[in-house]
Amino acid sequence: MITKRIIPCLDVRNGRVVKGVNFEGVSDVSSPVKLAEYYSKSGADELVFYDITASFEERELFTDILTEVASKIFIPLTVGGGINTIEDFDRVLKCGADKVSVNSGAIKNPSLIGEAAKKYGDQCVVISVDVKRVDGVFRVFSRGGRENTGMEAIDWIKKCVNAGAGEVVVNSIDTDGVKRGFDIEMLSEVLSAVDVPVIASGGAGGIKDFIYLFKELPTVDAGLAASIFHFGEVTIPQLKCELNNNGINVRLN
Amino acid sequence: MIAIVDYGVGNLFSLRSSFKMIGENAVVTGDKSVISSADKIILPGVGAFGDAVYKLKQTGLDEVLRDQASAGKDIMGICLGMQLLFQKGYEYGEYEGLGLLNGDIVPMLGSLPAGLKIPHIGWNALHFKKSSYLLKYVNENDCVYFVHSFYADNCDDSIIATAEYGKEITAMVQKDNIAGCQFHPEKSGSVGLSILKAFCEGR
Repeated sequence: MITKRIIPCLDVRNGRVVKGVNFEGVSDVSSPVKLAEYYSKSGADELVFYDITASFEERELFTDILTEVASKIFIPLTVGGGINTIEDFDRVLKCGADKVSVNSGAIKNPSLIGEAAKKYGDQCVVISVDVKRVDGVFRVFSRGGRENTGMEAIDWIKKCVNAGAGEVVVNSIDTDGVKRGFDIEMLSEVLSAVDVPVIASGGAGGIKDFIYLFKELPTVDAGLAASIFHFGEVTIPQLKCELNNNGINVRLN
Repeated sequence: MIAIVDYGVGNLFSLRSSFKMIGENAVVTGDKSVISSADKIILPGVGAFGDAVYKLKQTGLDEVLRDQASAGKDIMGICLGMQLLFQKGYEYGEYEGLGLLNGDIVPMLGSLPAGLKIPHIGWNALHFKKSSYLLKYVNENDCVYFVHSFYADNCDDSIIATAEYGKEITAMVQKDNIAGCQFHPEKSGSVGLSILKAFCEGR
């Protein structure tokens, strides 16, 4: 049987891993290569790297690090951040990424997903969406959660999947950094709207939050988190053992 | 030396790195003489069946692969590369494969129970059907990483392992010198690397 995936996310700036709380107040944690090796050994099913740099020089540093990670780590790697063009897809895929996650780039250029899916296949294109409730409506935010695009989130996600996105990462700004659990209500709406894998992001504070996620939403495919893993509050072997004890199918080898 | 066949399909960075990791000399090449002189051959691939077959024909590598197969050289296909080893593929049409193994490549769409997501993406457990040298370091129920929407059917004579996804899906095949993995061993952690190691060590 297919297993539920546990995915640590590493935000990388200046060659180092950082994690924001509600996207503000970024703090330095550790080396991406070392963390990636550690996570891979401890049973992470996949790793996500977000490049949160802006300058060209820093972007080169990011792809160097990605190359180093991909030559040592043999689990799926997803790369996001600063993906605005087909050339950006090319740049990170050549360095060993398996999937490319698009967020603001798809908002700015709605044909990007379709073009990328045609060139690299649907399985390669991940749409990542930052969603926040505004007056009771799920709205898509861009620029790292700072800007309300005014778009309704479920409509946007459906459009992206129809254009060829093979996976959806739903990041709830409302629950991100709060550590009180994933946004079950928001995820539930996304799961009933699309038939591609959906990855829950934002809000994991402990093992119980993952158990609750997979019990409440049996069709959600993966749980993604950053700080609880980086700061060692939850280790992946612990988490997987508890999930397994609760009857949730996970990879233990 | 292991030749990883480069015919313009997919990204071979991780595959090359994974052989390096297990201490094997692997080269990514589209050169017929290099492929012919290799000890073993890896046929990778992502994308659509018809497109890949076209590229193999266009480069003349289909003939090289058939010649090497009939000369008894070990060949392992990975993902779409495995699918190409079979007789026919039914992805956006009907295409002739390399015909090195009996069987067809058919869509999951319409043949799986409702509610299962397609593509089949993620880590799934291997179930052994037949003993094979490729499985010597693998345990029943070990998980490997799949990404695919089509699968090999009517291949009872070569199937060595399956995965369960609404039904039994062909995960690994091996018959004499021809082998294949539907999943990505280069993305399947230590289990995947051990399968590549077993392939390199030989029958």
